[in-house]
Amino acid sequence: MTFSLEQQRSLYRHLLLTRLLEERMVSLYRQGKMTGGLYRCLGQEATAVGTAFALEEGDLLIPVIRDLGSVLVRGARPADVLRQLLAKGDGPSRGRDGFLHFCLPRRGLYSGIAMLGTAVPVLAGMVLADRFLGKRTVGMTYLGEGGTSTGAFHEGINFAGVQRLPVVVVLEYNHYSYSTPSEMQCAAATLADKAAGYGISSAIVDGNDVLSVVEAARRAVAHARAGNGPFLLECKTYRRKGHAEHDGQAYVDAGELAEWARRDPIALFEKQLDASGVMDAAARAAVRAEVDAELDAAVAEAEASPAPVPDPEFRGVRADEEDAVRRRRETFVGGLA
Amino acid sequence: MIAAPSGEVTLLDAVRIALAEEMERDGRVVLMGEDIGVYGGAFKASAGLLERFGPKRVIDTPVVEEAIVGAAIGASLRGLRPVVEMQFFDFASRAFDMITNFAAKHRYRTGLGVPIVVRGPSGGGVQAGPFHSQSPEGYFARTPGLAVVVPSTAQDARGLLKAAIRDDDPVLFLEHKLLYRRAKGTLPEGDGIVPIGKAAVRREGRDLTIVTWGAMVPLALDGAAELAREGVEAEVIDLRTLLPMDEGTVLESVRKTSKALVLHEESRTLGVGAEAAALLAEKAFEWLDAPVVRVTAPDTPVPFAPALEAAYLPGPATLLAAARKLAAY
Ligand SMILES: Cc1ncc(C[n+]2csc(CCOP(=O)(O)OP(=O)(O)O)c2C)c(N)n1
Repeated sequence: MTFSLEQQRSLYRHLLLTRLLEERMVSLYRQGKMTGGLYRCLGQEATAVGTAFALEEGDLLIPVIRDLGSVLVRGARPADVLRQLLAKGDGPSRGRDGFLHFCLPRRGLYSGIAMLGTAVPVLAGMVLADRFLGKRTVGMTYLGEGGTSTGAFHEGINFAGVQRLPVVVVLEYNHYSYSTPSEMQCAAATLADKAAGYGISSAIVDGNDVLSVVEAARRAVAHARAGNGPFLLECKTYRRKGHAEHDGQAYVDAGELAEWARRDPIALFEKQLDASGVMDAAARAAVRAEVDAELDAAVAEAEASPAPVPDPEFRGVRADEEDAVRRRRETFVGGLA
Repeated sequence: MIAAPSGEVTLLDAVRIALAEEMERDGRVVLMGEDIGVYGGAFKASAGLLERFGPKRVIDTPVVEEAIVGAAIGASLRGLRPVVEMQFFDFASRAFDMITNFAAKHRYRTGLGVPIVVRGPSGGGVQAGPFHSQSPEGYFARTPGLAVVVPSTAQDARGLLKAAIRDDDPVLFLEHKLLYRRAKGTLPEGDGIVPIGKAAVRREGRDLTIVTWGAMVPLALDGAAELAREGVEAEVIDLRTLLPMDEGTVLESVRKTSKALVLHEESRTLGVGAEAAALLAEKAFEWLDAPVVRVTAPDTPVPFAPALEAAYLPGPATLLAAARKLAAY
């Protein structure tokens, strides 16, 4: 498979955008401007970026916590991601939920929930509906080793298997689930092995090599789109930070961290770009300057956004009928209004 | 025996102390949960216990809540006393079947009790969004066969958790994460067992009764102090156990005050407060001088943004407004 110059530039730009946006997030977090925890994807960018890159217009994607890169590839604006993290009133979920929990349906982007594995059956239903409607949509979602231990994953992929639904589940093998090492998560030698039990296909790819990830993901997406059923794509990568910023990852061996720092996905791609002559250091510096400028503007835009204003009528839970509004208003004044 | 800790401990310490003391006392007590061993638990409730009791008794599990509770049930049927952690109580949704169908109904169906404790952090106020902030007591407190416990002090956390571990039936033990480090106290000498099913009168008063639990207890006490400056003496009852509810303590108080306000953090409709209000309607009607008032979170998910969450959670202004109205009724 070949990549056009434009595609390689786009991949590089998205990798860098993911990395540098995360750096902005870290700085906002340290300044105490963020709401909630910060879950990082340092070292895993190529997996999220490369897999989402293989999707086509109209395809569907549900990210989990370390898939910032995938939502950027799908066209989410960094300013909107930051608004979400800063819990702003004009952010994608208007301050009601955090991080990647938002929907941009026109970009095929839907929200998961914190409960691991839940996206798999939901995505199966989404592509079931699309097939029903005569669309050839492929759905992609992500799970770490921990997520694949859940019943929701099992039930969802099993259902997708019997229905031959076009679902690609990217299994992000990043060595840890919170503090739990992978061998304590599942006794199978690889996550891809699980496919056999569902009668579906799978592959394993170096999740830090973005071009390999795109190639493998394209094959997985083509397989699913052709009606061959779900596909498990295991990407071998590494979570170089703790589960969230509060976690100092004392349970991780320093040598292991250093080893994976040497296998940094962006540095690896830069080496490839040098070797192929597609983008030299000067061209890459120009992209970086562009991304930096975009992020300066995004941070300014997000910081200037207003905090949400509480609605005294607590609307928005269902398509509000008057009765529900009245009940919530009563709640607010303690019932003796 | 380990030395009784002297000085102030937090509610979180008290949980860890109770676990350690019960593990020391009874070799059948085992812990299971996600990241509880090497990491010591997401909130460090089991820090140091793997080192002390070994991997046979402190078992790190995969992300498998249904299997954790299921395995706890099984182990309890073969003689162990499992205490399992839900990393956040929100995730007990995954084990709903095991808790409400397997554990809760077991003694009734078969005559065999299921002595397990399912414990973990619940509640909001820490800007953790809709999936890490819930107060799920209402989902469980209507299930016959369960006991549902929510301590609000360090002493109660230790005493009630020990009682839960010694209980012969399933107990859900909800630790409010906002209180983990805020609630502090000195622990009594000895076991300090606090019986399940017994409420505590945290403050005496003659004018109205506030029935509450969990992180709403300090709010109620602060509110009562403010009301006292205005000449209104509120009695504050900390239910501590939601199922079975201590009807006697609630009724005795309302018989004295003739006015009742139910305060809770979970959303309003069919919350545990509804049961308390129904109890008062049934059994305290003759003594009541005013309608029972509920101050609760509204019927929405727990929102993420600080301003939204602050408006969502019952706060001093809402409580005082309602209490003043009730007092003046
Ligand atoms: C059902 C459920 N249980 C527990 C959690 C708490 N939790 C959040 S992330 C996480 C670890 C996830 O590990 P993994 O799926 O491997 O993804 P990674 O963080 O490594 O990307 C856990 C246990 C959760 N979100 N959902």
